[in-house]
Amino acid sequence: MMAARSPMRRTALGGSASRMLPQARIAGPMPWVIAIMIALTVMAASAGLALNNVATNARAEISGGITVQVVEGAPASRERQVERALSFFAQRDDVASMRRVPDEELAALVEPWLGEVANETEAVPTPALIDVRLSGPLTAERLREMRSELVRMVPAARLDAQAGWLAPVFDAIRSLQYLAMGLIALLALTSVAAVWLAARSALGSNRDTIEVIHHLGGTDGQIARIFQRSIGIDAALGGVAGLALGLGAIFVLGQQFADLGSGLVGGGTLGLRDWLVIGFVPLFGVILAMLTARLTVISALRRML
Amino acid sequence: MSGGADSIVQFDNVGLRYGTDREVLSDISFTLYPGSFYFLTGASGAGKTSMLRLLYLAQRPTRGAIRMFGHDLITQPRKALPEFRRRIGTVFQDFRLVPHLSAFDNVALPLRITGMRESEIAKPVNDMLEWVGLDHRAHARPATLSGGEQQRVAIARAVIARPEILVADEPTGNVDPEMAVKLLRLFEALNSLGTTVVVATHDVHLLRKVPDSLIMRLDKGKLSDPTGALRYPPKRENIGREARV
Ligand SMILES: Nc1ncnc2c1ncn2[C@@H]1O[C@H](COP(=O)(O)OP(=O)(O)OP(=O)(O)O)[C@@H](O)[C@H]1O
Ligand SMILES: [Mg+2]
Repeated sequence: MMAARSPMRRTALGGSASRMLPQARIAGPMPWVIAIMIALTVMAASAGLALNNVATNARAEISGGITVQVVEGAPASRERQVERALSFFAQRDDVASMRRVPDEELAALVEPWLGEVANETEAVPTPALIDVRLSGPLTAERLREMRSELVRMVPAARLDAQAGWLAPVFDAIRSLQYLAMGLIALLALTSVAAVWLAARSALGSNRDTIEVIHHLGGTDGQIARIFQRSIGIDAALGGVAGLALGLGAIFVLGQQFADLGSGLVGGGTLGLRDWLVIGFVPLFGVILAMLTARLTVISALRRML
Repeated sequence: MSGGADSIVQFDNVGLRYGTDREVLSDISFTLYPGSFYFLTGASGAGKTSMLRLLYLAQRPTRGAIRMFGHDLITQPRKALPEFRRRIGTVFQDFRLVPHLSAFDNVALPLRITGMRESEIAKPVNDMLEWVGLDHRAHARPATLSGGEQQRVAIARAVIARPEILVADEPTGNVDPEMAVKLLRLFEALNSLGTTVVVATHDVHLLRKVPDSLIMRLDKGKLSDPTGALRYPPKRENIGREARV
């Protein structure tokens, strides 16, 4: 007639959890709210990470870079000075590589601003350009020292660090990064609130059940685990949907930026570490939901004997 | 009060007040012995439910001492209490069935809490449902059950794990006299297996139905012992007199 009393075991209530609380679920629009918040957070996070990569890559590329312009109207003198400049750099052992930018390339570069004229005549004298890549970073005093030496030999030479040219671009990227960080912080905060509210309301409608299981000898940990599990599953569903949504958006955007073919944007490709960070967003949501469920249940139970 | 080592529950000068109101229970002292069958009677509002709440550990007394299973309950840390509760079966006055669980799952709850394997659960639960005459309603939700049927599910849930103490608050309040007697037989069967039974009721006719029972009476929060039931050894010959009051 009656079951033998089984010894007290602290089991996780395994598969029977669902037979105790089939409705301790996040109900109504909350899973969608969670999904949307996760999607937005994923998008903002990937934008921020991509910007970060753009800045890092560009900085690494040009940090050892010097541009030498030989500004001389007379072609013959210009060529002579270019030769001298090239041999000046060739002698130095801290130069990794150098390359004279061919005139056609220069013409192509200035064409959008000056039109075909640059090709036709010498009417608009274009300076000769030499790209120099140093082994090791470029410090301000190294630049100054190199500049004075070069000008002594090549009076028409103008020497600039490439980083200097791009300073305004870096400033712009940096403010975009701050913006992305601010957005991520706001979205994360809202996601936290959404998950918190969802978990709490799911528990609120199950207060009686919590009380009954408590009276029947369920331990706090046992009861918390039952709720944690079902709420965690719901949050995971919302999180996966949100991640899919966010990744879809990133993919579409990524395609469009790739079509631009700009070197700067190409530097924004997300690496393995970035994908891990993005994948952590929904995981964080699930952990947060489960933590909320746990804290809420435990605090409700603490009010009972 | 003496209360030897063989007592299962011992109350010593227990008092209980809710909030800052007057005490709803005062100076309650008694000893329960293993394997006995007790009725707790008293008018409505006398404090029966309050006393049972102390017994099934839903409430701590505001004063006095309670010993149970040989342990001082007052000094037990909160986290030790679930183990005590698993040794107590409770029929709540308001049933407290879990609304979204079927009758079967409600009855299975105590077994699942102790971590019994699913394969071992079906048989005892079905047997128990059959005993209370609800085998055909095993899959019904509480909301679709009559008051009496809900009460029988609550009773089945309280006894399924063979508790050492069964505490039942008006367990026959919603069933016809025939079913009431049948449920009492269930309590007696459990009692004969060694469970100490405490049944609160204001139905004096019920008392006569269990000849070996002992009677405690609450009157405005004070315990009286008109039959000597709480003395040890109890005066069994006095029991019938109380029932005729
Ligand atoms: N949670 C509570 N807060 C304040 N007062 C309470 C509470 N529960 C019960 N009381 C009061 O304690 C007294 C005893 O109530 P209790 O429920 O123990 O009586 P009872 O004997 O079970 O009555 P009944 O036969 O009607 O079930 C009553 O005066 C009641 O109003
Ligand atoms: Mg009552």
